[in-house]
Amino acid sequence: MANIIEMPKLSDTMTVGTLVKWLKKEGDVVKSGDMLAEVETDKATMELECFFDGTLLKIFSPAGSQVALGAALCAVGKPGETVEAPAPKAAPAAEAPKPEAAPAASAPTHAPAPAAPVVASEPARASGERIKISPLAKKLAAEKGIDPARVTGSGPGGRIVRADIEAAAKAGTAKAGAAPAAKGGATFAGGTVGAKGPLQQERSVAVSTMRGVIAKRLLESKTTIPHFYLEIEVDAEPLLALREQLNKGLEAAGVKLSVNDFVLKASAEALRRVPDVNASWHGTEIRYHAAAHVSFAVALPDGLITPVVFNAHDKSVFEISKDAKSLGKKAKDKKLTPAEFTGGTFCVSNLGMMGIPKFLPIINPPNAAILGVGTTVTKPVVKNGQIVVGQTLTLALSADHRVVDGAVGAQFLGALKAVLESPALMLV
Amino acid sequence: MAVLTYREAIRAALSEELTRDENVVLLGEEVAQFHGAYKVSDGLLEKFGPKRIVDTPISEAGFIGMGVGASMLGIRPVMELMFWSFYSVAFDQILNNAANVRYMSGGLINCPIVIRGPANGGTNVGATHSHTPENVLANHPGIKVVVPATARDAKGLLKSAIRDNDPVMFLENTILYGEKGEVPDTEELIPLGLADVKREGTDLTIVTYGRSVLHSLVAADILEKEHDVSVEVVDLRTIRPLDIDTVLASVKKTHRVLIVEEQKPFASVGSQLAFMIQKEAFDELDGPIHRLATIDAPAIYSPPVEVEQLPNPQRVLKAALAAVA
Repeated sequence: MANIIEMPKLSDTMTVGTLVKWLKKEGDVVKSGDMLAEVETDKATMELECFFDGTLLKIFSPAGSQVALGAALCAVGKPGETVEAPAPKAAPAAEAPKPEAAPAASAPTHAPAPAAPVVASEPARASGERIKISPLAKKLAAEKGIDPARVTGSGPGGRIVRADIEAAAKAGTAKAGAAPAAKGGATFAGGTVGAKGPLQQERSVAVSTMRGVIAKRLLESKTTIPHFYLEIEVDAEPLLALREQLNKGLEAAGVKLSVNDFVLKASAEALRRVPDVNASWHGTEIRYHAAAHVSFAVALPDGLITPVVFNAHDKSVFEISKDAKSLGKKAKDKKLTPAEFTGGTFCVSNLGMMGIPKFLPIINPPNAAILGVGTTVTKPVVKNGQIVVGQTLTLALSADHRVVDGAVGAQFLGALKAVLESPALMLV
Repeated sequence: MAVLTYREAIRAALSEELTRDENVVLLGEEVAQFHGAYKVSDGLLEKFGPKRIVDTPISEAGFIGMGVGASMLGIRPVMELMFWSFYSVAFDQILNNAANVRYMSGGLINCPIVIRGPANGGTNVGATHSHTPENVLANHPGIKVVVPATARDAKGLLKSAIRDNDPVMFLENTILYGEKGEVPDTEELIPLGLADVKREGTDLTIVTYGRSVLHSLVAADILEKEHDVSVEVVDLRTIRPLDIDTVLASVKKTHRVLIVEEQKPFASVGSQLAFMIQKEAFDELDGPIHRLATIDAPAIYSPPVEVEQLPNPQRVLKAALAAVA
């Protein structure tokens, strides 16, 4: 009797998994511990492990298909054994991803005068889809720092060719690493004034697993959690001075602390002082958490993810910084394991690096609150009765009123401000 | 510069080399009294006499074998095949003996033979008379293969071939015999293994040789005028040794490649080129390497259909547009 391997639950919020690729093929001998396939969950791409010894007899779900939890993926058994295709389980989201709209302009155009290749600042294709790109275009993209995932190809079958990369470089779009938020045009890309042609290729893109999860969870949050919002302005001068001192003094040791590292540390410290915020709503009970597991939002080309710095209350700012760097890199590489992005008790979202002065984020359930961190702003402030040039930082708290009341939220922001304005406290 | 036909240019090369070196001889079916089936050797019997311009029986295996033996003893025979299609009768003599003798003698015996004649389709002579064996020949280490496209190249390359100490296969073209071109008045030796950029361009490299060079140049003009595509035409001239450096330099300039060959496509010269280009210039390619070859079937006897079977300017044009898409 062959063993049927089903789609496992690889993350706590997963309902379907996308079968990215099979690492074994039918007829291959497999043993327990072998990796059979790569599966993209709502947050990460993970390997599917085999727990049986035998031969991979039959693959039921081809690469690229979305498979519901518990649906059959493949069968492992003795060579020659016949395998019945299991009865399909009802799975609303299990249909194969819709093919992308056929790229327009597939009629032969030639290299020297391409019909104004369209450059999308959003990812140009569903996540996980293979990018078709010529070797030359790939090399050029790497040289120019262009992210091919954000470029629409004008070649046959949507292949990205040299002209597309050159157009993207000229237009200043599709920079690798640039968050999608840059499309608002914080920096004005010169040379496009009077540019003719469409903004981008008119197209429909299938909702990726990650976007689906973002949509579902944030809609649920915004429609079921009674959010309230508080703001506080922090004098950032002492923090910036301390950070500069530390970074200068520890440069040789390779330490470079970001403002966000301090905000994460300060948040953990403020949660220690006002632990009521470190809680979550569970319908008939409120759970108060013993440890501050502080998550932070990382922008990805096709969405975002919130890896967790566990036990941040017990970690130094240096340890937090190290964790955050490593998690941030894994997030960008899509290598986070579910254990690394679930279980947070408080969340920090920072758009300061994009020049946003303040914003009110949506709560990341089941957390009771989320902190929105703006940029440090140089502006006139009153100090000792004098108007002087100051550096300020605006922090906003979105809180779940079922768990946290206004006064508690205010205490939390007050504690946060106190810590950030006396940043040496974070070092002892 | 004098304007000569391709035929006259070959004749001039033969005449000059026969004059320069008394060991050079010309042998083949009807090369002497009939002046060659395609009149390439017109006047040579009268000029050099029957000891050096020799008619042979209709027996390729016999006379090519004799030529290989003679070359091993110091003669520099130029053997004319009425059609290259019949090289296969002498397959053993050419590709087993001539190709290997220097290697197997430890370099003690050279084989300075030139085998020449037309190898082309397009003249309604049927499937058995229309072979283009440059790929088969080039598949044998020890053999050199030359396929000239113009009168100037034909003359300069044939003179180098005759002076070369290895067996050189020289593939002409009956349709090109009447094509005129400028040929330098002074002696010119074109080295074997040197490609020639026949036309400069920036958007597409057409790598080609033989008569397909002319089709490619016609197509390149149309592409420039009507499609704003600037084509570079690289004429290989010699299939082996192959001047891959010139090809790669052009690919690095244009990033798009079309190979045009009057060859059946399976395991052709173009197949080898495509491999070498992708291997050496993968990161320079902005699209897949395209190839236009003879349609994969025995030479078609119907003249209008045969024209479409072979590369022609319209087919090159279409293939070029696909290659720059």
